[in-house]
Amino acid sequence: MNSLYWIALKSIWRKEVTRFMRIWIQTLLPPVITMSLYFVIFGNLIGSRVGEMGGFSYMAFIVPGLIMMSVITNSYTNVCSSFFSAKFQHNIEELLVAPVPTHIIILGYVGGGVARGICTGVLVTIVSMLFVKYEVHSWFFIICTLLLTSILFSLAGLLNAVYAKSFDDISIVPTFVLTPLTYLGGVFYSLTLLPTFWQWVSKFNPIVYMINGFRYGFLGITDVSLLITFSILILFLVVLYFIVWKIIESGRGLRS
Amino acid sequence: MSSTPALEIVALKKRYKNGVEALKGIDLTVQAGDFYALLGPNGAGKSTTIGIISSLVTKTSGQVKIFGYDLDRDLVKAKQQLGLVPQEFNFNPFETVLQIVVNQAGYYGLPRKKALTRAEKYLRILDLWDKRSSRARMLSGGMKRRLMIARALVHEPKLLILDEPTAGVDIELRRSMWDFLRQINQQGITIILTTHYLEEAEMLCRHIGIIQHGNLITNTSMRDLLANIESETIILDYEPLSKPIKLDGFTFVEVEPGTIEVKVNYKNNLNILFELLNEQEVKVVSMRNKTNRLEELFVDILRQGENRNESQNISQNVSQNANENGGVK
Repeated sequence: MNSLYWIALKSIWRKEVTRFMRIWIQTLLPPVITMSLYFVIFGNLIGSRVGEMGGFSYMAFIVPGLIMMSVITNSYTNVCSSFFSAKFQHNIEELLVAPVPTHIIILGYVGGGVARGICTGVLVTIVSMLFVKYEVHSWFFIICTLLLTSILFSLAGLLNAVYAKSFDDISIVPTFVLTPLTYLGGVFYSLTLLPTFWQWVSKFNPIVYMINGFRYGFLGITDVSLLITFSILILFLVVLYFIVWKIIESGRGLRS
Repeated sequence: MSSTPALEIVALKKRYKNGVEALKGIDLTVQAGDFYALLGPNGAGKSTTIGIISSLVTKTSGQVKIFGYDLDRDLVKAKQQLGLVPQEFNFNPFETVLQIVVNQAGYYGLPRKKALTRAEKYLRILDLWDKRSSRARMLSGGMKRRLMIARALVHEPKLLILDEPTAGVDIELRRSMWDFLRQINQQGITIILTTHYLEEAEMLCRHIGIIQHGNLITNTSMRDLLANIESETIILDYEPLSKPIKLDGFTFVEVEPGTIEVKVNYKNNLNILFELLNEQEVKVVSMRNKTNRLEELFVDILRQGENRNESQNISQNVSQNANENGGVK
């Protein structure tokens, strides 16, 4: 039985990776171009006038945030669009008819989202190296934050896809929720620059913790406690996984 | 052949959220190795039944077993026995033919190497091997149908359900599909087929069930069902005469000059009809059935079912009114 599930998981994951690799012009290239523009405009042109932030050049400061931004967006979008397309075209029925448990379906799709998030993260990191030289403070924190964040946003994308009834529904959350939270999550600034009240408000934004954890891995600086960062990440992950599992298991939007 | 039935359905009910009662307590057993036709008008409950068997629709109550495996208790084992060819194309049109079949094999736990071998086997049998690298959306309608059959067979299920597999398929392909289905049935795969082509059901199936308004109103062997046919309507074309035709003992209508529709009771002999025609020096040019004989019977059965349903509704309304009025005194 375990081998059946393992093979099924690999099959879903392979299908997902093949999908985003096949359309790499739509999936992998755009974040590289967008982030290159951020590096040129905010890092080089404007950043040189901003000066240092947290003891690092502005360019070095924003790099981890920009990498994390591309990981979040791509993990989310990958799962959301792929799962919704499968629902829309009814090919999700291939999985529903087969002896594939809900956990395997979730893990397969999330695995696809994580793969795309990491691919994009690696590409953006390589591009960033053309603009700024930096030393990595802790690979452990980089890898942990990267994995946890991409898993978390893959799950969020899956939740969105399960609920979505039209293509509009899968663009609403990224546009009106994800993008504002990411921009306000401290990609371009240190939270210490904000007035006390807004610092307090920012702490309700989960992306703040992800960017801080990731930035700590690169630069060794953080605005919030790392213990809180990882506790919050894991808490969100567990809660979101449970919600997604419960909803898919109930057949909502998938079975009549 | 296994003595465990391929499919056992007991008191299966389905009520959708909008209140529609699609299945009102169906009992059905399909024996292993059978070729079974599930017929019924649109909206009768066929697709809901198939949906429940294949886990695409959740049942309200009742029990479904596939080769003895209960959908509620042994879902994985039950699903492994089943292959489904749905009515609508439901593959990813951007994937290649080979990817679709191999992925499906993977969902059933077939290791990659075995999945590739199995995919090649069924794509070759269904004449799609040359198209293995084509995107599914580039295939013709007939090829798409065959792709869905290959996908459903790749894990070699013991029970294959086909929901209108030949809808919109040209005659040549339909006949080759019939041959193929007969072959795999002879090899031991139990087949359940829904179709609107009654000729197809008559040609292929050994047993037949008719669903109407969520009830299974007929469940019998094809032979027994056809034995119930008492009459057939035939159309005769003849060289027009100056005087009207007389056919005592037969019901007939003149459709147009030179063409009559005659209802031939099986108790009457066709020879009698031709004797009468000969006496009047009628020169028959051609003779054909008005419709498939099963089609006439099917319509009759549905009409009887409709009448039963109306009577039930009337009696329910009467008793409801009686209750509302405090009982009939």
